[in-house]
Amino acid sequence: MARTLIHAPKSARKGEVMEIRTLIAHPMETGYRAGADGRTLPRDIIRRFSCRYNGEVVFSADLYPAISANPYLAFNVVAEASGSMSFTWEGDNGFAQTESATLTVT
Amino acid sequence: MTLRAAWLATGALACAVASAQNSGEARRSGFDTMSPRIQAMQRDDQQNPGMLWVADGEVLWNKIFGISFSCASCHGDAKKSMRGVAAHYPDWDPIEKKPVDLTQRINLCRTRHQLVLPLPPESEEMLGLEAYVANQSRGLPLAPSTAPELTAARERGRQLYEQRIGQLNLSCALCHDKLPGHVLAGATIPQGHVNGYPTYRLEWQGLGSLQRPRRLPVLGAGEQHDRRALRVERRAGARHERVARISSSAATAQGVCRVLITRIS
Repeated sequence: MARTLIHAPKSARKGEVMEIRTLIAHPMETGYRAGADGRTLPRDIIRRFSCRYNGEVVFSADLYPAISANPYLAFNVVAEASGSMSFTWEGDNGFAQTESATLTVT
Repeated sequence: MTLRAAWLATGALACAVASAQNSGEARRSGFDTMSPRIQAMQRDDQQNPGMLWVADGEVLWNKIFGISFSCASCHGDAKKSMRGVAAHYPDWDPIEKKPVDLTQRINLCRTRHQLVLPLPPESEEMLGLEAYVANQSRGLPLAPSTAPELTAARERGRQLYEQRIGQLNLSCALCHDKLPGHVLAGATIPQGHVNGYPTYRLEWQGLGSLQRPRRLPVLGAGEQHDRRALRVERRAGARHERVARISSSAATAQGVCRVLITRIS
C-alpha cells in the first residue's frame, strides 16, 4: 500500500465549492530512463486517478510518463449531499489503491 | 527551472539570525531563495511530498523492532521528546568518542538499545525516521551542540570546507561563502546552511539526507561525481569531519565551471 495524503473537508455547506487535494507516494518511472546497468527501466506509472462522490465520478485524470513522482492532484467539487468520497489510483503492474473520506453536508 | 532546483524541507529548521562567517551578510535559509510557489508548497503539509516520509517515519517510530523495543518505548511521544533534538546535531557521542549525525545517532540507538541491525544510510526507512525526528524541530533555530569535544572536528571541517579540491580546484567556501545569491547554471547559490534536512528535492523526486547533495553536484549538471574530491576526502579520513560546516559539494561538471569562471571574471 502506498502512502497517501488527502486533504478533504469533513463538513461543508450545501452548494459550497470544496478544494480536494491528494498526494500519493509512487515512483512514476517513465519507461524511458536507463538504470545503473544501462538497461531501460520498465515503465511503472499511475495511469488513472478518479474521485467518486457517493458513487458518481466527479473528477478523473489520466496520467502519463511526464508526470513527476509522488503525483499531487488538486481539484474542486461542489458539496451536494452528505456521504462518502472515494479516491482511486490505478496504474502499471496491477497498481490499484482506494482511499475514502466521509463528508457531512449541512 | 525554479521547480527543478527547488528543495522541500521536511525538517525546515529556521536559520539562526547572525552574521554569516565570511560574507558579512545575515544568515539566510535556502528557503528564502525559493520562489513563492515552492515556498507555499513546502509550507502546505498536503502538498509537500516530504510529508509522505514523515508519515512513514511516524509508523516506524511506534513499530517494535528486535525483541521488544520501539523508539517510542523509551522516547515516548516524539512530538514532545524530539522537539528541538535535530537542531543540535551533529553531536558528540561519549561512548563511541566521535561526532555523530542524526543518521548515526538513530543507528546507535538501534544497535545499543533495540539490538537490531543498523539501517543503511539513505534507505527509505532511515530517511523516514530521520524526517520524522527532524520534523519535530520545525521552525526552531539551529542550535549547534556546545560539546567541547567537537572543537577539533569543527576545525577539521572548516579546513575541508575552505580547501580547494578536485579537478576543478573549487572549495565549498568559494561559492557558498563568497558568492551566495548569485545564479549558477540556472540555480541560485545558497549560503552553506544545513537546516531543513532531510529534504525533498523536486529534481531527485525523492527525499535525501545531507550526505546526498554533498556527494553530488547540485548545479543541475547531472549526477557526475568529482572523483578526486571524494578520494582526497577519504584519504583525509574525513568521514566524521562533516560535522562543522557541511555544504553542498563544490564538485561540478566542467561545463558548469566554465559558466562560473565567466561570471566571476
